[in-house]
Order: sequence, then structure tokens, then C-alpha cells
Amino acid sequence: MELSQQSITSLRKQLSSGDINTSDILDSLAAAIDEKDAHVGAYLHHDLDAAKQAAKNVDLSLPLGGIPIAIKDNINVKGQPCSCASRFLDGSYTSPYDATVVTKLRNAGAIPYGRTNMDEFAMGSTTENSALGNTLNPHDLSRAPGGSSGGSAAAVASHSAIAALGSDTGGSIRQPASYCGVIGLKPSYGRVSRYGLVAFASSLDQIGPITQNVEDAALLLNAIAGKDPSDATSVDQIETDFTEGLHDGIAGMKLGLPKEYFGDGIDPAVRQKIDEVIKKLESAGAEIVDISLPHTEYAVATYYIIAPAEASSNLSRFDGVRYGNRAKNPDDILDLYRRSREHGFGPEVKRRIILGTYVLSSGYYDAYYNKAQKVRDLIRRDFLAAYQSVDAILSPVTPNVAPLIGADKDNPLQQYLADIFTISANLAGICGISVPCGTISSESGSELPVGLQILGPHMGEQTILRVARAAEATA
Amino acid sequence: MSSARTDQIDVRYVANLARIDLSEEECVTFQEQLDAIIGYIDTLKDIDLEAVENSEGTCVTDAELREDKSRPGLCQQDLLVNAPDSAMGQIRVPKVVDA
Repeated sequence: MELSQQSITSLRKQLSSGDINTSDILDSLAAAIDEKDAHVGAYLHHDLDAAKQAAKNVDLSLPLGGIPIAIKDNINVKGQPCSCASRFLDGSYTSPYDATVVTKLRNAGAIPYGRTNMDEFAMGSTTENSALGNTLNPHDLSRAPGGSSGGSAAAVASHSAIAALGSDTGGSIRQPASYCGVIGLKPSYGRVSRYGLVAFASSLDQIGPITQNVEDAALLLNAIAGKDPSDATSVDQIETDFTEGLHDGIAGMKLGLPKEYFGDGIDPAVRQKIDEVIKKLESAGAEIVDISLPHTEYAVATYYIIAPAEASSNLSRFDGVRYGNRAKNPDDILDLYRRSREHGFGPEVKRRIILGTYVLSSGYYDAYYNKAQKVRDLIRRDFLAAYQSVDAILSPVTPNVAPLIGADKDNPLQQYLADIFTISANLAGICGISVPCGTISSESGSELPVGLQILGPHMGEQTILRVARAAEATA
Repeated sequence: MSSARTDQIDVRYVANLARIDLSEEECVTFQEQLDAIIGYIDTLKDIDLEAVENSEGTCVTDAELREDKSRPGLCQQDLLVNAPDSAMGQIRVPKVVDA
């Protein structure tokens, strides 16, 4: 098997024994990128020569020593471009610092070498909102890879990355991982520092790994988790080895099936795959329990108030003054702001900023934003109550398989509604993981992956990783 | 969906508040799309939340303030590299105050 196709665990063994060196991995990646990325388009930028230089100083005894990691284009890596797949920053911004997760990856011996495509400023669920190019689903090039971390998921799925980081505000790690047939972990809010992640919705954003298998996800989480003085919302936590107990099985665990996640609207073929893996988990010793998360029906509406509200505030920093796109020959400072933002932002970003500004504006604040905060609290309490009786919750990641490119292009509301199973985790701040559980044959003959979502309580990553490993083992 | 019930958003007015110029075409498209989205998020109006206390805002974790101690930050030169226009170690913008 080519080195680019192997897991972190497998490569680490060979690096430790001296059978291979990091250069060999980078050469294999370069060949894979040359061969596949012309079709898939997962990367916006990569520099494998610089990575080879960096590799010379890497301590191979470290947990991720010599492992190259692809990074979503909204996470700052010093000296590399960081465009958020936006014209606002493309070609005009070089990161002056490392995000905390990048510092931590480097401290663990990993090498960040490439920037993956995404929906502009992480707003979208197909990566079609990238202003800088298309990313296609490696399993079927007529379909989207999902989003917003579509580049990271497609890179791992096409074996042109060993592993990658993404960010998840409403499903942006789990959903593309599901569509691309790889593992995607959204950590609990506060598990991982957001310092150096370009903020979309600060109370929902979280950085996490996209990998080929569950053990790799645990290894990456080991490296990036932890309290950070630069992110006041990061949680003081006991240092945990997330690979511990991974293979202990799920005998005696209680897994909940929320009735609101198994109603109408799910593609029957997706439903069948989910039902099959649930049966296998039951055979592996888990007790399957019916539960209810009664406020689920309000999650999408709540999310599309809170996320745009926070985005409208966070993206006010993109004004053409300190960095990025600046309009030519402005009449005055207001003209500079307005035209820089008109030219720099794509339609989805403008739509969400306008929506966010609207729900926060005088006269509407109580009706929308305040109300949404209250409903968010109810959604969070639904989960707290559920975890009194179950260890983790199972559901599909999405109601359907990866959509055809352009399917809902002019109907943003339709796209938002497809986020139904993933956004509650962000609203509640809990952790979730997407694990492949089979494929469905499309009319064109391609095999499209289906993802099982496992949701755990806040700081319950060890539990969901164990369930994920058990689900992976049944495949 | 109940878009007929909602106030129509004045897209151009709100875009101005958000400091974004829009073309005529964008205004028309956004009007239709945002009306549909606002019609949908209006479903929250049906829930009785009288009994629910005002939420603190964010959520799960309590933001913990760090000690108010100075520490090294990014240096001026590194930051000015990304500035669209700078002079004398500062970022240059159009005149804001009339003399």
C-alpha cells in the first residue's frame, strides 16, 4: 500500500523502526496530490518542499513525529496563506502566527503542509460556496464532498492527505466526513482552543480531526486538546489519552435513539444502513434505548438566528482596513468599507451577515436573538436529560447521501434544512463523531458513503470514540 | 412555511447597516431568499417561552478570565505585512475627520 494511503498509526510504526522517513511520506503525498487533486480539488495551497525542510528538525519520538497534516483554510499557520476560501483574503493575507492547535501539532511532531478548500468563511454545507474553486466528492465526481470542511474530508478520502483538521460550527466536520466516507470528530465546546481559527460563530465553532480511522482521530485529539490562556472559553481539563479504552468494546453501554431523528424525511436507503449498524452494535453488547429530544424541531431555526448573528459581528473585522481586500479609490471611509465588503464577500456570506444584522437590529432583537438563546437552552437541557439514561446517542449524520453539484444552489433554505441532525450538538456544546457505515449505489453506479453519528455528553469524547471504534469494527 | 406572516426585511436598509453595497440583482435575489429564511425562523414565535429564564448568552463553558498580566504579542512589522496600505509604521486609511 502507498504510504499516502496508510493511517497515522501504521506510518508511526514504520517511522519509529526506521523503515521509512518523513521524506518518503511527503513524496508519496506529492504523487497522490499530482494524480488525484487535479480531479478532486481538495487543496487551495500546499508546499511539500517546505515540509521536507521542516521534517529535518522533527523529533520522530514524539506522538505525531513526522506526520504531515492538512489544515482547513480558516486555521492560521505562520507563514502560510489563510484565505478562508474568500476573495477577501486570497492572495493578500499571510498568517503572522500559528493557531494554538497548530502550535500543539508542531509540539507533537506533526508537519502542517497544505491548505484545504472550504465554503467561504465556513458558511455552507457543500464547499460550493468556496470563492476559489470546486472540490468534488472522490467517490463520485458529479457530487459535492459536503462542507464546510469539504477539502479536508475529500483530501483524506482520496488519500491525498494522511489526516486533516477541520472546523465544525453546525456539522462542518461530521457532514463532509459522512459524505466522503471518513471519520470526522467535533470535540465538545471548550475541549480544543479556538485561538487562531478565523471566527464564524464563536459560541458554536470547534476545531477537530478528519481521519481515515477512529484511532487516528483519537491521536489527533490527544495532540490538540487542552486549556489555552488565549481562548477564555477553552476548558481546564485533565490530560487524557483518548486512545485508552478505545478497543474495550461497548458491552453494557446504553445507546439512545431519539425518535425525532428517525422520522420522515430520511432517505430509506440511508435509514436501512443506519438500522443495520445499530443492530450490529446491539449484537456487540450495547443496550439500545428509545429516547426523545423534544425541541429538535426548533434546532434549525435557532441555529440560523444565532450563527448569523455571531457571524455578522465577527466578520465586521473584514472592512478593508488592516488586511485583505481594499476597494480602490474610495470616496471616504464608509465607501471603503462598503465596497471592500461588496467585492470581497460571496453571496452566502453576504446573506448571512445581512440576516445576522437583521435579527440583532433594534426592534427584532427580543423576537429573534433572545428567543433563540432561550430555545438553545431548552435544546441543551434535552441532551442533559437524555444523558441521565444513556451513554451516547445514535443517529444518521444527514438525511441523504452526498448531493449532486449545484442541486440546491439557489435555495439556501433547503440547504439549511439538511443540517437538522448535526446542528443541535453545536447548540448544546456536546461532542459528536461521524463514522462510515456502508455505501449506497447511485444511479450512475458510484458507491456513496453513509455516516453514523454518535453524540456524547459535554467532554464525553472517550465514550463516543469507543462506540465509534466498535461501529468501525463491524464494517 | 409562513412567509406571508412575516415583516418583509428591508434588504437594502439592513445591508447598509452591515456596511455592504449590493447590486440591484443581489437585492432582488436576497429579498426572496431572506424572506423565505425569515419565514422559517419565525416558527420560533410559536413556542411559549414565558417560563424559561433569560439565557446568559453563550453556553456550556464559563468563560474564565485570565490574570491581567502583559505578555508578548505580535510585533508591528509582522502585522503591517498584511496591511493594504501603510506608512511610517501605521495603517493608512482615507481621511476620517475634516480639518
